[in-house]
Amino acid sequence: MQITSPNFKQNAVQALQDAQLQKAMGNVRAGFIDKRRKAADALPEFEALRDAARDIKDHTLAHLDLYLEAYEKKVTEAGGHVHWAETAEDARRIILDICRMQNAKTVTKGKSMITEEIALNDFLALAGIEAVETDLGEYIIQLRGEHPSHIIAPAVHVNKDQVEADFRRVHDYLAPNRDLSEPESLLDEARRVLRAKYFEADVGITGANFLVAETGSSVIVTNEGNGDLTQMLPRVHVVVASIEKIVPTLNDVGQILRVLARSATGQDMSVYTTFSTGPRRRGDPDGPEQYHVILLDNGRSSMLGTEFQDMLRCIRCGACMNHCPVYHAVGGHAYGWVYPGPMGAVLTPSLVGVDKSGHLPNASTFCGRCESVCPMRIPLPKMMRSWREREFERGLNPATQRYGLKLWAAFAKRPRLYKFATSLAIPALSLFGGRKKRFSALPFAGGWTRFRDLPAPERRTFMQQWRQGAAVSRRGPT
Amino acid sequence: MHTTADEPTTTPNVGLFVTCLVDLFRPQIGFAAVRLIEDAGCTVDVPMAQTCCGQPAYNSGDRKDARAIAENTIRAFEGFDYVVAPSGSCAGMLKKHYPRLFADDPAWKERAEAFASRVHELVSFLADVMGVEKVSASHATTATYHDSCSGLRELGIAAQPRALLGSVEGLTLNEMPDSDVCCGFGGTFCVKYSDISNAIVEKKTAAIEESGADMLLAGDLGCLMNMAGKLKRQGSRVEARHVAEVLAGMTDGAPIGGRG
Ligand code: SF4
Repeated sequence: MQITSPNFKQNAVQALQDAQLQKAMGNVRAGFIDKRRKAADALPEFEALRDAARDIKDHTLAHLDLYLEAYEKKVTEAGGHVHWAETAEDARRIILDICRMQNAKTVTKGKSMITEEIALNDFLALAGIEAVETDLGEYIIQLRGEHPSHIIAPAVHVNKDQVEADFRRVHDYLAPNRDLSEPESLLDEARRVLRAKYFEADVGITGANFLVAETGSSVIVTNEGNGDLTQMLPRVHVVVASIEKIVPTLNDVGQILRVLARSATGQDMSVYTTFSTGPRRRGDPDGPEQYHVILLDNGRSSMLGTEFQDMLRCIRCGACMNHCPVYHAVGGHAYGWVYPGPMGAVLTPSLVGVDKSGHLPNASTFCGRCESVCPMRIPLPKMMRSWREREFERGLNPATQRYGLKLWAAFAKRPRLYKFATSLAIPALSLFGGRKKRFSALPFAGGWTRFRDLPAPERRTFMQQWRQGAAVSRRGPT
Repeated sequence: MHTTADEPTTTPNVGLFVTCLVDLFRPQIGFAAVRLIEDAGCTVDVPMAQTCCGQPAYNSGDRKDARAIAENTIRAFEGFDYVVAPSGSCAGMLKKHYPRLFADDPAWKERAEAFASRVHELVSFLADVMGVEKVSASHATTATYHDSCSGLRELGIAAQPRALLGSVEGLTLNEMPDSDVCCGFGGTFCVKYSDISNAIVEKKTAAIEESGADMLLAGDLGCLMNMAGKLKRQGSRVEARHVAEVLAGMTDGAPIGGRG
């Protein structure tokens, strides 16, 4: 997937002018926040569970190599295969090899951000293999030729009328009088098409919410059950997962699951939670004949031991973006790559390089709401600041910003000079402010006054007044 | 002013961190802070060697300049029993982020931590440290209170200002929807990403108008200048003031951004 993160600003301006998108973003604000709060409030131990979830992942990350090896051993024992992929390219190649061995023409897919990360669908299409998304949201954006704008609600930016139009365009056999005005009728139509695909598919590809070292299982959570059909019906099940998805035991999965759905959608639990361990065994009524796991690194191991390690605790619940005022304003596509919102502002530079992710880590007011809702207690603003420090050290900020900042700092570091300069500048500015006590335009403050008036200062700074004994009392003029 | 705290044996000596925006744009907030802290039974002094807490540098990734500014601030305020700032954002910087700035310098880290332990935001200092439950101010109006992000999430300031405002005679608090959502100021964010900032503050001013209040109150001048500037641009009649001005009874002068 092409990275447009360096154009975040332009993407954002476009998004702000997109009336339909703005309306859709209103639904994110209205929908997710209340539900999460209600779910969290209803569970007295929610905060303690967040601590436990964080501790489980921290422990796992501290011994990642051991748990991955243990996991591989268990998968092999269960009759499955583990493939290690260092890069996206490695992962794609391994998947293609597996598909080719099956002579696959059609593969079905469960919703998975990691296959977005490695741009799998386009790659398979070039190799003549049709990849069909089976999650309704993913199916919609696939019809539209788009990418997800949210990690759990990929089509959150699209409205019902648009979906209906897309269905009529692609499912061109639909009778004009067929009613598609309700979400249910759209779902029925998608199901009808997908049902055939499930049986056609030679390979089913899913992601994994967790990999369990104790048992060698992969775990997916869905609300539509499409993931189960994707991995049960074809001859071959391929799991694509990044290395940090591992947790030590089934009990650990149980604990983290308790915060996952509550944080994501406000549900106590997702409708389906499916554990898969190896291929079909003798006597099993169903299941795939082959079970493959692609363990993808793609830059993650280089985050270990750095100030960005905590990001590897992320369980992709989306709560940070659901609560982010910047995400609400611009939507997910503006972020320009697979991962949007606050988690994307940290993860994108980690995975593709800070030089290629533009100013994503700067696109935050540091309001801290993301961290306050993150079930894994990931200090997102702190890590964005760490990225800003690296950008600054490498001189990646625009020159005007750097010089402006340096000039300001030159004064801020020298109190006497600062007081002298401000005691001259402020009275002058105050005079300009006139009787209205505000500016509607200032030559050097366009970034501010384009949208807001600037309140004018008083005649003298606090420091001037304080030093001169402020009228009669130090308590100021009354 | 009434306090519930036990009479201190010696009068606490408070160093006021004025904040650069208050110093330059609205000195009255500084004087209101002095009045409130003195009325709570402390003495106040204002070290001249302060400038700014350093957030513009720190949040822009310029750690070196942020450290230099922090060293100045710490030096300037050593010797006070408490350091108080009329801003959750600046107090958060002094209290939470200064120690982080010196993470790799044990000597300075210790100094920064000792300093941080004495730092408080003004309203939480009055309520939590000095035990102030009531103020003697009166102002007949309906007001709505915006929870500025750093104060709320870094320092847990939410109940204190509401409680103290509740003791202002004649003042009625009308909560706005989403009072705890960012106003879009974010320091340099508001000029670097002015389009996004504008979209965020527009939602905020709509919420303020929805509250039906005549006055907007908050504990951070940065947020207030952002919201007041937008309200004025939209021709709103809502007046914006810092909480300290109302608590200190200093509401005679023009509100932030002027009248009308
Ligand atoms: S960073 Fe936290 S809140 Fe955001 S998706 Fe990951 S786990 Fe969820």
